[in-house]
Amino acid sequence: MRHHLILRVVTKMLVGTIFLFALYVQFHGDYSPGGGFQAGVIMAVGFIIYGMIFSLKKVQLVFPPWLVHKLLALGVLLYAGTGIYSLLAGYAYLDYAALSPHHPEHGQHYGILIVELGVGITVTGVMVAIYYAFAARTPIMSDEEW
Amino acid sequence: MLTATALAVIRTQSLFATVMLSGAFRFVSALLLMTLDAVDVAFTEAAVGAGISTVLMLGTMSLTARFETPSPRTSIAPFLVVCVTGAVLIYGTLDMPNFGAADAPVQTHVGPDYLSRSPHEIGVPNVVTAILASYRGYDTLGETAVVFTAGIGVLLLINGLRRRRRDGETDPDEDERGSA
Repeated sequence: MRHHLILRVVTKMLVGTIFLFALYVQFHGDYSPGGGFQAGVIMAVGFIIYGMIFSLKKVQLVFPPWLVHKLLALGVLLYAGTGIYSLLAGYAYLDYAALSPHHPEHGQHYGILIVELGVGITVTGVMVAIYYAFAARTPIMSDEEW
Repeated sequence: MLTATALAVIRTQSLFATVMLSGAFRFVSALLLMTLDAVDVAFTEAAVGAGISTVLMLGTMSLTARFETPSPRTSIAPFLVVCVTGAVLIYGTLDMPNFGAADAPVQTHVGPDYLSRSPHEIGVPNVVTAILASYRGYDTLGETAVVFTAGIGVLLLINGLRRRRRDGETDPDEDERGSA
């Protein structure tokens, strides 16, 4: 979409804001609506819009496919790993009190943050990976057809 | 408004308009959830339904045709099926408690328990997050695993096909797409 000047300018301005908003939704999920799923989707939209307006090649320089594929698994491992940590610390699986034994409420806070981060990473990875898979399949139809 | 958008989605032939209208449909249903005070669900609907699936639909559309082929058959049987299903669903709602009724199961079952326990057990102001991540931690782990599996599945389906083609085997799909 090389000749869409307005789209390119607006995208450049918006992408940063989108990422910031995603991080806000991710880490402020304890206090306001939102959480890992929504934040992951918003984060992925930031990458996807960049890829659509500029080019797949450019976005893959920033966020290479091998990294996306690693992140897919990393999120689930982070989530499950939290549970395993609490098992090793002598608590029930996914009992976040293990993260801060003297102050279980803080443990819950940390646990929710980590787990939501895991969800967010996986969702971002999946969405971006699906977009890459579709976009890399055939040449996108030419601009004039839109 | 929801109905009007849905009808427009059905009537229109241009796939681009269909995708955009279904995005609008999802935004309107997000508003509906908003008026039901389900802010988290409305947010998800707006982000996932209206945002990412519209984008993915557009991505898919760029691989196929722009207009749907009108189907030659009359559609009486599907229409009947839809009517019967709708009637059954409406009949099912007759048994439901009134909107906002204090004695509805959702208000009397585990809901008050979570609401009263989470401030001192979890200490997170957003009870939805507390329930999702802590009380129902297993469920959310399962959901994450589902998302992960779905992603892997799509990747295998699409990328696996491409790799096989690179090896030189002919693929029936390719000829179809070449001529389309």
